[in-house]
Amino acid sequence: MRQLKTAVILLLLSISSGTVICQETFPVNGVADTRSGTYVFTNATIVKDASNASIQGSLLIKEGKIVAVGNAISIPKEAIVIDCKGKYIYPSFIDIYSDYGIPVPQRTGGFNFNQPAQLTSNTKGAVGWNQAIKSEVNGVSIFSADDSKAKDLRAAGFGLVLTHQKDGIARGTGAVVSLANKADNLVIIKDKASSHYSFSKGTSTQSYPGSMMGSIALLRQSFLDGQWYKNQSSSTGKANGEGLNLTLQAWNNNLAYPLIFDANDKWNDIRADRIGDEFGVQFIIKGGGNEYQRIKEISGTKASYILPLNFPQSMDVEDPNDARFISLGTLKHWEMAAGNAAAFEKAGINFCITTADLRDSKQFMSSLRKSIEAGLSETKALEALTKVPATLLNIYNEAGSIEAGKWANFIITNGPVFNEKTDLLQNWIQGEKYEIKDDLTDQIKGNYSLVINGTKNFSLDVKSSSSADVLLKDTVAAKFVSNGKIVSINFAETKRGKKGYRLSGVSNGNNWSGTGVDSSGNAVWWTAAFNKALPEKADSAKRKKTYHSGELTYPLGNYGIKETPKAETILFKNATVWTNEKDGIVANTDVLVQNGKIISIGKNLNNSGAKIIDGTGKHLTPGIIDEHSHIAVSSINEGGQSVTSEVRIGDNLNPDDVDIYRQLAGGVTTSHILHGSANTIGGQTQLIKLRWGANDEELKYKGADGFIKFALGENVKRTSSSANNRFPDTRMGVEEVQMDAFTRAKDYENALKGPNAKNVRRDLELDALVEIMNKKRFITCHSYVASEILETIKVAEKFGFSINTFTHILEGYKVADKMKAHGANGSTFSDWWAYKLEVQDAIPYNAGIMHNVGLNVAINSDDAEMARRLNQEAAKIVKYSGISEEDAFKMVTLNPAKMLHIDNKVGSIKAGKDADLVLWSDNPLSIYAKPEKTLVDGAVYFDIDKDAAMRKEIANEKNRLILKMLEEKKSGGSSGAAMPSFRRVNTCMDATHQHGLLDIHEDENAQ
Amino acid sequence: MKKYFSLIIAFAVVSTAMAQETVYPAPAYKGLLFIKNGNVHVGNGQVLPNTTIKINNGKIESLGTNLPIPMDDVKVIDATGKEVYPGLISSNTNIGIREISGAVRGSNDYRELGDWNPNVESIKAYNADSRIINTLRSNGILLANIAPQGSLIAGSSSTVQYDAWTWEDALYKENTALHFYMPSLMQRQGGFGRTQQTPDMDPAKAALNRIELVKQFLKEAKSYNEQSIKTTTNLKLEACKNLFNKTQKLFIHCNLVKEMLIAVDFVKELGLDVVVVGGSESFQIAPLLKQHNIPVILNQMHSLPTSEDDDVDQPFKTPTVLQKAGVLFAINDADGNTTGRNLAFNAGTAAAYGLSKEEALQAITLNAAKILGIDKFTGSIEAGKDANIIISEGDVLDMRSSKITHAFIQGRTIDLTDKHKLLNERYKKKYNIK
Repeated sequence: MRQLKTAVILLLLSISSGTVICQETFPVNGVADTRSGTYVFTNATIVKDASNASIQGSLLIKEGKIVAVGNAISIPKEAIVIDCKGKYIYPSFIDIYSDYGIPVPQRTGGFNFNQPAQLTSNTKGAVGWNQAIKSEVNGVSIFSADDSKAKDLRAAGFGLVLTHQKDGIARGTGAVVSLANKADNLVIIKDKASSHYSFSKGTSTQSYPGSMMGSIALLRQSFLDGQWYKNQSSSTGKANGEGLNLTLQAWNNNLAYPLIFDANDKWNDIRADRIGDEFGVQFIIKGGGNEYQRIKEISGTKASYILPLNFPQSMDVEDPNDARFISLGTLKHWEMAAGNAAAFEKAGINFCITTADLRDSKQFMSSLRKSIEAGLSETKALEALTKVPATLLNIYNEAGSIEAGKWANFIITNGPVFNEKTDLLQNWIQGEKYEIKDDLTDQIKGNYSLVINGTKNFSLDVKSSSSADVLLKDTVAAKFVSNGKIVSINFAETKRGKKGYRLSGVSNGNNWSGTGVDSSGNAVWWTAAFNKALPEKADSAKRKKTYHSGELTYPLGNYGIKETPKAETILFKNATVWTNEKDGIVANTDVLVQNGKIISIGKNLNNSGAKIIDGTGKHLTPGIIDEHSHIAVSSINEGGQSVTSEVRIGDNLNPDDVDIYRQLAGGVTTSHILHGSANTIGGQTQLIKLRWGANDEELKYKGADGFIKFALGENVKRTSSSANNRFPDTRMGVEEVQMDAFTRAKDYENALKGPNAKNVRRDLELDALVEIMNKKRFITCHSYVASEILETIKVAEKFGFSINTFTHILEGYKVADKMKAHGANGSTFSDWWAYKLEVQDAIPYNAGIMHNVGLNVAINSDDAEMARRLNQEAAKIVKYSGISEEDAFKMVTLNPAKMLHIDNKVGSIKAGKDADLVLWSDNPLSIYAKPEKTLVDGAVYFDIDKDAAMRKEIANEKNRLILKMLEEKKSGGSSGAAMPSFRRVNTCMDATHQHGLLDIHEDENAQ
Repeated sequence: MKKYFSLIIAFAVVSTAMAQETVYPAPAYKGLLFIKNGNVHVGNGQVLPNTTIKINNGKIESLGTNLPIPMDDVKVIDATGKEVYPGLISSNTNIGIREISGAVRGSNDYRELGDWNPNVESIKAYNADSRIINTLRSNGILLANIAPQGSLIAGSSSTVQYDAWTWEDALYKENTALHFYMPSLMQRQGGFGRTQQTPDMDPAKAALNRIELVKQFLKEAKSYNEQSIKTTTNLKLEACKNLFNKTQKLFIHCNLVKEMLIAVDFVKELGLDVVVVGGSESFQIAPLLKQHNIPVILNQMHSLPTSEDDDVDQPFKTPTVLQKAGVLFAINDADGNTTGRNLAFNAGTAAAYGLSKEEALQAITLNAAKILGIDKFTGSIEAGKDANIIISEGDVLDMRSSKITHAFIQGRTIDLTDKHKLLNERYKKKYNIK
């Protein structure tokens, strides 16, 4: 019964289209009405595909497919002829990144630090452990055509889309469907055509993963789990101890399809590609529109891309106080975004174009035209909408060009498809016509001979369906309306005269006829016949807009640089040099730097090729090394579980963080980027050099030992949450988490060495812990109070390793002797305290006591602002504990280098070491000292004079762009409200230091 | 008999005291006290080298290079070769009402419920025994304005001196200012940051409406307090009384240009003495602030710039802009990780970026006193004022040289022992460190 009803509705809906294909198994209510839909489109300019020249000819279709195309095809008698004179025919477009017809899942609840954590998946069934891995979802099973959405896409020229559910980190498969208004069964072109991935956990309410690096780790582990499951379950379909896991089963199966990764941002694109490289797969990457900013790196991925056209909207910048908060980077992106596709073309990267991310698919064509104005060739544009997506989905044999045997999916236009004045008239999909816009004007435009009562002749210029002139002595504008069939004409014989006619009639093609009345009320009859075409107006239309944009900088705007600084040969003359070597602080000394290294230190050095920098009255020191920093990353805390040793800060570096530059301006050259303190065993850390303008890989300090962050105390037991349910809730529990983790790791390591090794599931979490036990990875442990410090030392010793560094360590002074015996370093703050219970006994004498007990002590920042004044923080140790200035300054240079195992390369001024140097205006421990030059690897990355020049450039560029935005508003462009450019600043949870007004603290994994 | 208090004796206090519990508030010092031959930084921009300060019953009586020191029972501090400064003033802090930030709710008394709390007084919750206080004195901070926090009108602050048995003893000026926390006019996108907003809500507009409510409230308060006979008592409106007779100021906490310009309304429409607290963006409108006579308390110098493309040192340079425009301003240290102990170094940073050292000093002494309305009694080392004085071995603005050896509040010698020094001594003993 229900089936019957559906069939009726479908019949009614499709009554207007050409082909009615009966579904074999579906009963028909009434009389069968199957038609072949044989059409021939003649006299058309046919663009079969982007790479071949267009032809003048005909296109024959039947039963939804193309039968023939060419200029000499034989036309069967039964074909309905559609004259396409003056029309163009193109293959319909294909959107490879859509969720057309697929329900958008809604998230219920979400992670909130103050709420209990959700530690297991809410998905029912024999599925995997993580709610964000939804490989078992098949787009085709939840697809149902939605004609209201299809209509908009058809209007934009699309015939096919690849649709999938945009939810989760693994999203299952996608299906290729047509946008025809037919039964779901008939529009599905390919049921499993792709497999989809992203970094966003979407509607998953499970706590893990709660960070970018967590998402990456989860993907990595899923690849490994899939492999393991496949090996384990090959005979039985189930894995030992795992049972049936539909998610992993699907994960494995889905790898057979084209793999599409929704990355959405230039750095994410690269991150996604790296995961693919790791597991031998190549993702097709859905970009975010900012790839042009790093096109070289994007090109390096060798991936094909899917590009959205959601260019940033212009903002209303009339109010200078609002405009002030829009950063230069935001403004420049506004100007340059349309050039993204052109940048891909120029770089020779394969790409297709999607309507995804547009607020409205009606914007598609105008956005595409903007891309073309910005340099994208029309050939590439067409290819990116037809052949490329079809090829990527392995359906080019079915769609993507106008060739015999392929789906009859094509659009008819009244001009070259990307021209501004061209209209899309019809979109034919699976051989059925969808009217988009009538071409009435084209049809009726022309000069007509109007004859009234058979005697009175007028010349009528019909300009459009609503305007016409009658040519007498004067040219008189007539009131003219035509809907293609019914015509009405109302005109006066002279411009100011009252004498005239009101005519009404019907058009029969080129001949019109009808009746009317004259101004005296007498009945008349009339005819009109097409005479000739109107002369084409000379193209006085708008000159083609010239696309102009400012210069690309790395990163874009906001102190970005145009060129990577090069290592120079520099001779510092006559400076006070803080060597951190046995010579100590030496006055009137020269330092020669070449090829990124320190060459020599001494008096009266000479080098003819060197740039001389006068250091008279100035101090030259090694660059500052910050042992504990959270800058330059996309996420910092993975708090979804108590043990997350599988996550890696290095997976999600963000080289665009302006704090890199700001800290260079404070003399910092190396930073140890730590995972936050949300959990007992946090993530793997990343050492970077502050190479401003570099990419994420280039930021990394190469060849350094790997570290990992551990944490103890209040943060890991989630003290500030009133509803903690994540173990542990006490320091007793923290110790048990450590014991459990290393016990599991020990068993795992043994199992890997045992006879059954090949059946052991590779576990990235335990791998990192095994590395620690084998002294291949080192711990920096967030810690405060004496009890937890001693407890952790005991656990480490039990498992045969030592804690490399206790960081924060504000009660280190209480157990400094034990730390020393254990062999730990202490990295602390100069004078923090009282911001929580566990720092009630924190004292500014801590560093001094630890130093005096003989520990290697560093002063770190944990704070993006304070990091630019670490020299002053070191000075406070002189103030409070009376240690020597030389020893104090080592606490931010050589000592952290030692604890990071890089003191053979950095941390002191010694021949052969990296030329990471700072020239200060004054004694670096003085509050009055400013870095004038900061060198990394012998290249000047900060120069106080260049900085001054850059400030001026920034101001000028910002002003230029604001004026441009104002101009755009004046000329009628739409603009949204001025939105401040907020910035996320990562902290470790403990820094309560105030940052800028636009900085949003990202200290917990609130998602 | 002359009593010479050498440095060694002053420091000896540290090792004899066993816990902060035995650090006693100093009794009133009756009689004469001389601080001899110091390099006196007056606090008003002047430096008087080799100058002796004569203090009588806690008040500064005179300064001079050749003041005669009587031979009878007077106390003399030899400050030869040392730097002498007025006691530093925290112009906006929550010391004494917020002991352990955040995580320990029971220790926090700085934020009351509700939007309309003009009758709430910080001084009533002030804990004169806070462990933090002594650590601040060690860095030269002797007076502070203790401010409540909250939404809209949060209550009134009082100024205290940091050496007292109880809040009554500590009180230096009662109900210094009423605190209005202006809702932010920063445009925010729905869902950005912590607070979710409905998409159609314009937060800036909502903020303007709330600001209007505050204006309305104060207008009603004014009207209420002008009534000759009150039939119904309204404690909230009553509490605003001193705003209108100008014995209390209105501290408006805000940062954006438009917020600060709205603060002008409270001067023009309501005739109040307004002070802007925060003022991150004050460098943009310094001449207007001067024109409207609105002082500024820069809450935190050590801050990142507002915008990514701002000058990287903009917050450090802001005081110089205000100074040049003639705006009365104080520098504060609102850092939550260090409880404001780096007040002098915040000023030092301003000195590194354009202020003269004496101007920077003035921003944490005399200017702060003026803004708090206590400059008749303190803020500078001038005859007639309370002897609130610190002595440092070197430049107090630079951590490289700042070492406070003596502090006096109303002429009383302050015991500079603090919890941190005691713990330092305790563990130096453990490790036998000299």
